[in-house]
Amino acid sequence: MAKAKLWGLKKSPWVFHVAAAPCNNCDIEILDILTPRWDVERFGIVLVGSPRHADALLVTGVINRKSLPRVLRVYEQTPKPCLVIGVGSCACHTHIFEPSYNVVGPYDKYIPVDVYIPGCPPKPEAIILGVVKALKRL
Amino acid sequence: MSIGKILFSYVIFPGFIFTAIVGLFLTWIDRKVTARIHWRVGPPWFQPYADFLKLLLKETIIPEGSSKVLFMLGPLLGLVAMSILAVMLFSMNFDPTRTFVGDLIVIIYLFALPPIGVIIGGSSSKNPLASVGASREMTQYFAYELPFLFAIAIVILKAGGSIRFGEIILAQQMGGSFVYSISGVIAVVVILLSVQAKLSFIPFDIPEAEQEIMAGPYIEYSGVALALYKITRAMMFFLLPVFLISVLWGGFNNWWAILKFLLVVVLIVLVKNTNPRLRIDQSLKFFWVGLGILSIIGLILAFHGL
Repeated sequence: MAKAKLWGLKKSPWVFHVAAAPCNNCDIEILDILTPRWDVERFGIVLVGSPRHADALLVTGVINRKSLPRVLRVYEQTPKPCLVIGVGSCACHTHIFEPSYNVVGPYDKYIPVDVYIPGCPPKPEAIILGVVKALKRL
Repeated sequence: MSIGKILFSYVIFPGFIFTAIVGLFLTWIDRKVTARIHWRVGPPWFQPYADFLKLLLKETIIPEGSSKVLFMLGPLLGLVAMSILAVMLFSMNFDPTRTFVGDLIVIIYLFALPPIGVIIGGSSSKNPLASVGASREMTQYFAYELPFLFAIAIVILKAGGSIRFGEIILAQQMGGSFVYSISGVIAVVVILLSVQAKLSFIPFDIPEAEQEIMAGPYIEYSGVALALYKITRAMMFFLLPVFLISVLWGGFNNWWAILKFLLVVVLIVLVKNTNPRLRIDQSLKFFWVGLGILSIIGLILAFHGL
């Protein structure tokens, strides 16, 4: 049973894109990986519109006082075996916004992050590599 | 028939399990053809089964403040209706004498149950986007049902006024398929476009318009409930072309029928991939004015035996 669950989760990770105050560069790269050129549907990855359908949350942007409660709420709304993938340097370690008065720290202080994909923004190839590596390690 | 045989026919073949497996395979064909049109590679063949397995084993969340019974009734209603429908369609295709008066009308109403399930589920899930989706689903249902019923009336006229599904198939085996005439072609066109809307495929995917209202009525569903919706949709994708071929293209009882069936499925997918989405008022106008008038013309032609 556990094996079947793992196989299903590995073969069809549906992702929900949580844009928590990003500068939009990472979001454009995430949209790029859904285009025919990179075609992540080969791995069964589909972008869904509701966190209820999601198995993986792609979080982008630096977390701040306003976006923290929203991100926590989206994380709570997601049905539970779920991955959190931090895309971009901001999501990994707050990047150049670290001394800002409004920033409350990187994501892993609040929710468990499974994959860190650094880069400002990361290339689409890097995002696919990160997700595939994470799925292999499950 | 013994109880065991009846149970076998409803649960395994040609009922729930067989229809579900073939339906999920058809959704793979849909995704693969779509991918090839986009010049992509597309998902592997086991993709829909992996999706279904994953959804079955995930957590199912019932939103706070919604009616638990209605929320879970929504997905179940369509699934049960589709299982019964599969048994009716296939048993009467294999043996046209196993028919009863008015079974065509029962079939039409069983096809109406999945949209009703979607409306119940969407309105009970306490989400504004789901409510918008449910109301659009309702409008869409009233839109496509009118020309669909007119097209069925053409079929009834051509079968000599019979509302027995088995007799319609028998009449085609005796005197040739209904599609090879002007009114038959009109009926096929009208039913094909209604099938497109029944499956909520583009250009009629208004209830679940991804770019406007996310997933529409399905937005609050997760885990098992979402899996049931997906599988109901897959079964409809299997049974609607079977119904079309049964009533208009000579029945579903020889090997040629599988080729016809695949042709209809690929046609549906091609229409899906080459059209933009309509607004809900445009869709209503298209079905009531455009296809409504076309199907009435077909009805008049069928009355004069053309």
